[in-house]
Amino acid sequence: MSRVEASRRSRLASLLPTLRRRAAIITSVRCFFTERGFLEVETPLLLTEPAPEAYIDLFPCHGAFLAASPELEMKMLLAAGFPDLFQLTRSFRREERGRLHAEEFTILEWYRRDRDFRALMLDCEDLLATILQDLGLPERLELPGCPPQVLRPPFRRLTVEEAFLRFAGWSPLRHFDQDRFDHDLVELVEPELLTPTFLHSYPREAGSLAKLAADGSAERFEFYLGGVELANGFSELTDAAEQRQRFEAELGLRLSLHKEVGSLPLRYLELLQDLGPCAGIALGLDRLVLLLCGKHDLREVRATFE
Amino acid sequence: MYQASDLRKGLKIEIDGEPYVVSDFQFLKPGKGQSIYKCKMKSMISGLTLERSYRSGDSFMPAELEERKMQYLYHDGENYSFMDMTSYEQVSMSESQVGEARHFFLENLEVMVLLHKDLPIGITLPNFINLRIVSTEPGVKGDTVSGTTKPATLSTGYVIRVPLFVDQDELIRVDTRTGEYVERVKG
Repeated sequence: MSRVEASRRSRLASLLPTLRRRAAIITSVRCFFTERGFLEVETPLLLTEPAPEAYIDLFPCHGAFLAASPELEMKMLLAAGFPDLFQLTRSFRREERGRLHAEEFTILEWYRRDRDFRALMLDCEDLLATILQDLGLPERLELPGCPPQVLRPPFRRLTVEEAFLRFAGWSPLRHFDQDRFDHDLVELVEPELLTPTFLHSYPREAGSLAKLAADGSAERFEFYLGGVELANGFSELTDAAEQRQRFEAELGLRLSLHKEVGSLPLRYLELLQDLGPCAGIALGLDRLVLLLCGKHDLREVRATFE
Repeated sequence: MYQASDLRKGLKIEIDGEPYVVSDFQFLKPGKGQSIYKCKMKSMISGLTLERSYRSGDSFMPAELEERKMQYLYHDGENYSFMDMTSYEQVSMSESQVGEARHFFLENLEVMVLLHKDLPIGITLPNFINLRIVSTEPGVKGDTVSGTTKPATLSTGYVIRVPLFVDQDELIRVDTRTGEYVERVKG
């Protein structure tokens, strides 16, 4: 056996248990949503009208783009009257490479009709408990880089304002500063979120596609598990005029950052008029596998020898 | 020119007119937010570490570095002098600049000198060089296996640990990266 072959086999041997657990997690996820009446869908990966995002760069592909998220496609199905939906799909984001980032990754995304972001937090709690049970894992887990903890819901709910006042000493809801917000979030706030936490009620400027609450904050949350940002959920914005303004603002921001600027997703804006109240969430499946396998780097949990 | 997205461990960039090497690198991105490239960098001149975060859109000049083959000439008590073997130009470096490499300087030794904007900032020796032992206790014949060693002074003045069987006036091969004895050399 050659040395190259030996090294390939040794990597395969260490990857195999991880991929087995990954497959078990995926099976558990599918059962979870199917049992709750969700329809599994596969929306296109090649998109002609992707969502404008200031800080997500797309892979162009023969006049179209590889999907960076299945979000708009799934909401168009909801607008057309489809029931609660879930999807496991690949997403592609250019130049996102790091311990917790990959240019190609797997998203678990689900939508609930007539619900808001609070219902999705409950889903996250139930889903995690179900996966632990299906995998035969104890509730008391040692997640990478964290002290052992009992993953028993309910998990902590913390508003962005509370978290920033406590860990960064200022309120991004009273006065928003994008650079300072992004910096302090990853440097000061996230390191404090080692126990499972729903960080919720974002400044409207960081609200993305979330509906605004009565107090002016955006009904958006991030689910942190083991200090890792695992899922991002919204009460979905269904006001087409407001949505159009936000897309235009994202495109404007791209223009000012000298990035390639796409066009407005007109078909989505048209269908959005028929979308009733709903809530949706994207969960980084690779990150969940990483946490539950006690791994440190996404490259260790994907079926690749890179 | 480099972009923030080019940042990675080992990249050499120019910051405030000084060459830095990226020694640690992390890609961070809060959901829907901006990419943050968090770097630890070490000055290639002072060795001091700097921590900075960059965003996409930030750009950098590559460190203006050049490596040239030179010959070691002499030590004047303070500085070490070298000569470029093609241009015959001479440069000199202080003891702290040449560091541990000074223990292995033999006249005419070929080294690689690292220059930043034409000023020498560092030196790379060949991985292995042969040096003569000028003094050591007499060798113990036959003792070729024991792990015991004794001190031996090299022609450069450096004291190295050698096996007991190695004698004065013998030529030995030294690993300049570890400063350790490798083997005896005939000749």
